Amino acid sequence: MTDINNDAAFVEFQRVQKSYDGENLVVKDLNLAMPKGEFLTMLGPSGSGKTTCLMMLAGFETATHGEILLDGKPINNIPPHKRGIGMVFQNYALFPHMTVAENLAFPLEVRKLGKSERDEKVKRALDMVQMGAFGGRRPAQLSGGQQQRIALARALVFEPELVLMDEPLGALDKQLREHMQFEITRLAHELGITTVYVTHDQTEALTMSDRVAVFDDGRIQQLAPPDQLYEEPENSFVAQFIGENNTLEGVVKSIESDACVVQLDDGSEIDAVPINVHAPGDRTKVSIRPERVEFNKNRLHADAHTLKATVKEFIYMGDVFRFRMSVAGNDEFIVKTRNAPDATRLQPGQEIEIGWLAKDCRALDA
Amino acid sequence: MTDATQNTGPMLAADGTPLKQSLARSLRRQKLRALMLIAPLLLFVLLSFIIPIASMLFRSVENNIVGDTLPLTVEALQNWDETTGELPDEAVYDAFVRDMVVAVDNKTHTRLGSRLNYEETGMSSMFRRSGRKLGKLDPETDGPFKEQLIEIHDGWGEPQTWAVIKTHSPAITNGYFLNAVDMRRTPEGAQAQPEDKQILIKLFGRTLFMSLVITASCILLAYPVSYLLATLPMRVSNLLMILVLLPFWTSLLVRTSAWKVMLQQQGVINETLVWLGLVADDARLVIINNQIGTIIAMTHILLPFMILPMYSVMQTIPVSYTRAAKSMGATNWTTFWRIYFPQSIPGIGAGSILVFILAIGYYITPEIVGGTKGVFISNRIAYHISSSLNWGLAAALGTILLGVVLLLYWVYDKIVGIDNVKLG
Repeated sequence: MTDINNDAAFVEFQRVQKSYDGENLVVKDLNLAMPKGEFLTMLGPSGSGKTTCLMMLAGFETATHGEILLDGKPINNIPPHKRGIGMVFQNYALFPHMTVAENLAFPLEVRKLGKSERDEKVKRALDMVQMGAFGGRRPAQLSGGQQQRIALARALVFEPELVLMDEPLGALDKQLREHMQFEITRLAHELGITTVYVTHDQTEALTMSDRVAVFDDGRIQQLAPPDQLYEEPENSFVAQFIGENNTLEGVVKSIESDACVVQLDDGSEIDAVPINVHAPGDRTKVSIRPERVEFNKNRLHADAHTLKATVKEFIYMGDVFRFRMSVAGNDEFIVKTRNAPDATRLQPGQEIEIGWLAKDCRALDA
Repeated sequence: MTDATQNTGPMLAADGTPLKQSLARSLRRQKLRALMLIAPLLLFVLLSFIIPIASMLFRSVENNIVGDTLPLTVEALQNWDETTGELPDEAVYDAFVRDMVVAVDNKTHTRLGSRLNYEETGMSSMFRRSGRKLGKLDPETDGPFKEQLIEIHDGWGEPQTWAVIKTHSPAITNGYFLNAVDMRRTPEGAQAQPEDKQILIKLFGRTLFMSLVITASCILLAYPVSYLLATLPMRVSNLLMILVLLPFWTSLLVRTSAWKVMLQQQGVINETLVWLGLVADDARLVIINNQIGTIIAMTHILLPFMILPMYSVMQTIPVSYTRAAKSMGATNWTTFWRIYFPQSIPGIGAGSILVFILAIGYYITPEIVGGTKGVFISNRIAYHISSSLNWGLAAALGTILLGVVLLLYWVYDKIVGIDNVKLG
């Protein structure tokens, strides 16, 4: 995990815990440090504590234990309205009784800015999200995507250094969502804002973030840049949660520093990289991504371990072929291959041999 | 299919009948079934509510009794000019005796007496006393009657008596409405009642004023309670809700009587204040049998009607609005006043309309705790219905009350907008 004594940290959680009922911890010992300008996503299933963390940072929940620092200053006792943090909510929270322009002017008004300065900033913020012509409308007269943009503009109009976003794209359809993902990251990087983004959508997390913190059970399971998270998951929860993943269960037979042999439950053996297994005899879940599985012998190392597989199902997805296979007792083993000119379409019932590079196969905790 | 593709003429269904007719036929059964389902209630409302109310309201202008009981007299009086101050001639007296003989036979003369007594005190006893002797006269042989009648009762020698009969002879009258606004129908047209009889306008004013005070105090008391109900965790707010609804499960009469125990001079509040030394024993607060008593008791009784709509509106205001406002730097007060309060206005509107309309027609509570200074117009209506039996005046008062409520509703719609009212 990142060094918690990082001096350059702009946002910092130090051993933060949160309990609502005094019996269960929703957030357990959270340590996190973000440098200025970073786009960090908190990703996790519902109930994993990610939104609670965001609310503690915003000041709407108080930490039961631990310290939250903003720009080096502890903010536990600072009320939300004095923290100067911009926030975008899941349902946008645009004030229905005000026009779009009044909504945007609100944060400036409470900061007692003059009328002309206010108008200018509102106009600039609206232009920034390409909504310049909509100042006089009411939120109810806008589409979901437009409301989203306004909510974004409102969170940015008072030029906060930190912006929090709580599943802001959850209510949009797929196409709009992809467009807004791009727009939000563009704005965040252009304006150099530090952003904490909460979502349960892993695609969103992977495409937008500088770093992703995967939450589960009140803890950060892994904090890493998207590529590292996907290719080098540190435990089986992360491997399962991010992207599609195949799991084979077995016992470590022999182990060296950077390689191990795992005996699967059906007796066959495979090579893997030991991640959090330590000694022969440890139970392990071996993780391998569907697109790293190879059944074309020419592309495999000569000495690679191979496994027998029976094709159960062929799914044509256009750009990729997706096969469901039975491998070492696992009927849900997925293999993906690109729809290339030389790609073979395997038929259900066919028996083949599959293999992979040892470095793509990670022996994780059981 | 082929019919539908033809562009000329109306759209046809598959069997060749026009589509509209076909649609109407297929919907008719549904409509009929829906009507059958609501028929019992519709019939019940019609028979037990709309018809009685309509007939009651009609009584406010209906005045057949004079023309029906004294048909000949009314006709003969047409030729008499009441403004001269002279008595009508023998023809009127003759007609009057003929009418009265029939009326005494049918025993309707006393009812006419009571009716005219509303307009001129003393008419009731005049008719009752004269009735017996008049009934014995034979219209064909015993005339002329002018002197005889004045002999029987001085009143028949007063031009005023005949003027009253003439003024109130039309079958449809505005007399009750004039009475309801402290005026009366005279031969010279509508005139103000004498000072000592002017109480109804004052009573209307008091009813409106007190209803407004009650509505305002309900808003003040209900707002924080509703806010708590809407924001506290489910378990606590359910308990609070039961406390709010508890009065609903207790009889109105019991609650009002309880206020009597609380508020009277030897009551709980006064005793406590005296015991605490805040009030001298000989200067106990007078908080019952006056306006204060009515306002306190009615505010308490109508409070749930304010809390419930407010609560259901506040429940729909997402917490993210206030959070958004605070994240933008608004203080707690600014957040409340600029963001929360404007969104809770529909609840205040719905509650106010409900409480105000209920208050303006309230009867039991002012009757019990209002004394004489704290009663409402509805108590006056009840008095005219059950004690003075002046149903016409009661109906006129009721009609005016209904009119005032509708007018206020209209004004409210113009100012606040009725679509700004939400019950949840």
